[in-house]
Amino acid sequence: MFTQKILMSAIAALCLTLVSNASAALTLEEKKGLDISVEAKKRDLGWQDSTSDMQMLLRNKQGQESIREVKMKTLEVLNDGDKSLTIFNKPRDVKGTAFLSFSHPVVSDDQWLFLPALKRVKRISSRNKSGPFMGSEFAFEDLSSFEVEKYTYKYLGEEELNGLANFKVEQYPVDENSGYTRRVVWLDTKEYRVHKIDFYDRKDSLLKTLTFSDYKQYLAKYWRADKQEMVNQQNGKSTVLTWSNYAFKTGLTESDFNRNSLKRAR
Amino acid sequence: MKVSLKTGLSTTFKQSITLVAVCASMLLAQPLLAKENTSDLEFEASGNIASEQRYFSDEGLYSQQLSHSQSSLSIEAELYWQWNKGSDSVIFTPFYRIDSQDEQRTHGDIRELAYVHASDDWELRVGIRKEFWGVTEFQHLVDVINQTDGVEDFDGEDKLGQQMVNLSLVNDWGIVDVFLLPGFRERTYAGEDGRLRGPLVVDENNVSYESSAGQQHLDFALRWAHSIGDFDFGSYWFHGTNREAYLSPSLQTTTSDLTQYSLQQHYAQMDQLGVDVQATLGDWLWKFESIFRTTSVEDFVATQAGFEYSFIGVFDSNLDLGLLMEHSWDSRGEVELGEQGSLMQNDLFIGARLAFNDMQSSELLMGIGSDLDHNAFSFILEANRRIGDNFIASVDVRLLQSNDENDLLNSLNKDDHVQLSLAWYF
Repeated sequence: MFTQKILMSAIAALCLTLVSNASAALTLEEKKGLDISVEAKKRDLGWQDSTSDMQMLLRNKQGQESIREVKMKTLEVLNDGDKSLTIFNKPRDVKGTAFLSFSHPVVSDDQWLFLPALKRVKRISSRNKSGPFMGSEFAFEDLSSFEVEKYTYKYLGEEELNGLANFKVEQYPVDENSGYTRRVVWLDTKEYRVHKIDFYDRKDSLLKTLTFSDYKQYLAKYWRADKQEMVNQQNGKSTVLTWSNYAFKTGLTESDFNRNSLKRAR
Repeated sequence: MKVSLKTGLSTTFKQSITLVAVCASMLLAQPLLAKENTSDLEFEASGNIASEQRYFSDEGLYSQQLSHSQSSLSIEAELYWQWNKGSDSVIFTPFYRIDSQDEQRTHGDIRELAYVHASDDWELRVGIRKEFWGVTEFQHLVDVINQTDGVEDFDGEDKLGQQMVNLSLVNDWGIVDVFLLPGFRERTYAGEDGRLRGPLVVDENNVSYESSAGQQHLDFALRWAHSIGDFDFGSYWFHGTNREAYLSPSLQTTTSDLTQYSLQQHYAQMDQLGVDVQATLGDWLWKFESIFRTTSVEDFVATQAGFEYSFIGVFDSNLDLGLLMEHSWDSRGEVELGEQGSLMQNDLFIGARLAFNDMQSSELLMGIGSDLDHNAFSFILEANRRIGDNFIASVDVRLLQSNDENDLLNSLNKDDHVQLSLAWYF
């Protein structure tokens, strides 16, 4: 089982390399932008599964605050998008609500919602990528896993950020339902970790800025930022996302991501 | 009335105690390596307390009914224990409501008291539970396991806890659920003082069963559910006591000097086949439910079908707008007052759902139902919003109108009302 997974990740990495090599028609900047993204994805393959707790602190222009708490379980799927289970804990009135998602890089995701009051499992439309997640400044698409196929790329140059040399890459969403025309992403040249993202709305004006901090390395390979701060540049609202209790290779399997596990998720 | 309420509750408690004993013995039957894992035991408590105020615009149609306002207070708690990393769990959800006017609405229920063991490809669930089936919004036709807690609300979405042993098997070709359902729950109905009822009160002490086993008949259900691409399918067979009683007028048994009619409940045996399908195609959700029911009295087919279409981010904002349309059909056709059948024999429902996606999770739902065979319509509006971190305030408006004197909805003509509620979640 384990060797099979290693083999799979090797194949996936090879596929990614092939994708980047097959891009002969691209300009130099497009090719470099794609190469950087492929390398970033390659460095984050093979973690198998993960669990973590997420806290969101929502703040409006007047400084009023509100807290959201969710628990996340994710299963890495190597030849497709990841599977994830999100369990809501706060606010109290949504406690017990759970969200199951089978993401796909190109075709639309499969999503189900469990509503505890009625004990009802509802299949929902995954078109709503641009809408706010739990009233926060994060859209659903900002929280989904990074897949190379979701964007086309353009390398903009090197720039120093927080004392580190960074690649600056522009990403153009392939999905027409995305709320953005483009994202500008800063990744450090050493570890390929994302440090900052500027989001441009459908009218191509700067909408939000996301900054990543407190990076920690897990299993001597995978980097995760404990803190992500999203500031909406147009309405002054912000959301601080704090991650804790990260664990990898916990032994989750496909059977932890079905209708039954959705109904009893805690 | 009070006494019968108590006996009703005590039977539920008796059955629950048996179930607790079953759960406990199952726990004890677990190998004693549990000793090492006792530190794994996790406990959670949560719930809500809600105050509700109803205001009826007109005096009641029947003399005993409450005149304008009705207040009530409800509490639902959820106690949850899990161990073995969540593979084993026990849930206990008691519920109680006190109503200022309708003594039938002052009632309690054990919504859940169950033990669940989850393995990789199977799950065993034993105890009192709630199980929902279906995909449509305006009528829950295929949902059959739990009895309706009819006094709770007008929409019939509140259910009484049902005793069951449920084995769930996960296969590549879908999930198969087997249910054994011992112990039948009688539906709750509004009392003499209550609104939203017909001319005759349903007598809770005058109940008959087709089966000689009565309330102890062992019901059975088998369900298959699977998702294939954009489609979600469900299909089942149910054999047992019909959750809907046949109601017939009879002389009230309890009053001594006054002769008064009330409705007798008769619960027949039934076999029911059900199908539910949803296609999730981009912004469109296509929904279909159908049942075929056969009892000693009648055979019929009924369907509920329609769609929901979503507009994401309307008016260049964060607002989502969903438009819904559903049609109900029943092979028994139009029903005269006092006859068997469905109110929704040829009805069209149109609705709109607005989600504001703000910090307070504000939502608005509006719907209009119209009977296409005669002049009857209903209007509902539901709005809710979070206040602070732990309160939800909601407003419900229901308007009911029918010009056909033979229509059951006609007896609710004076029951237009507004309902305000404030719930505290802990």
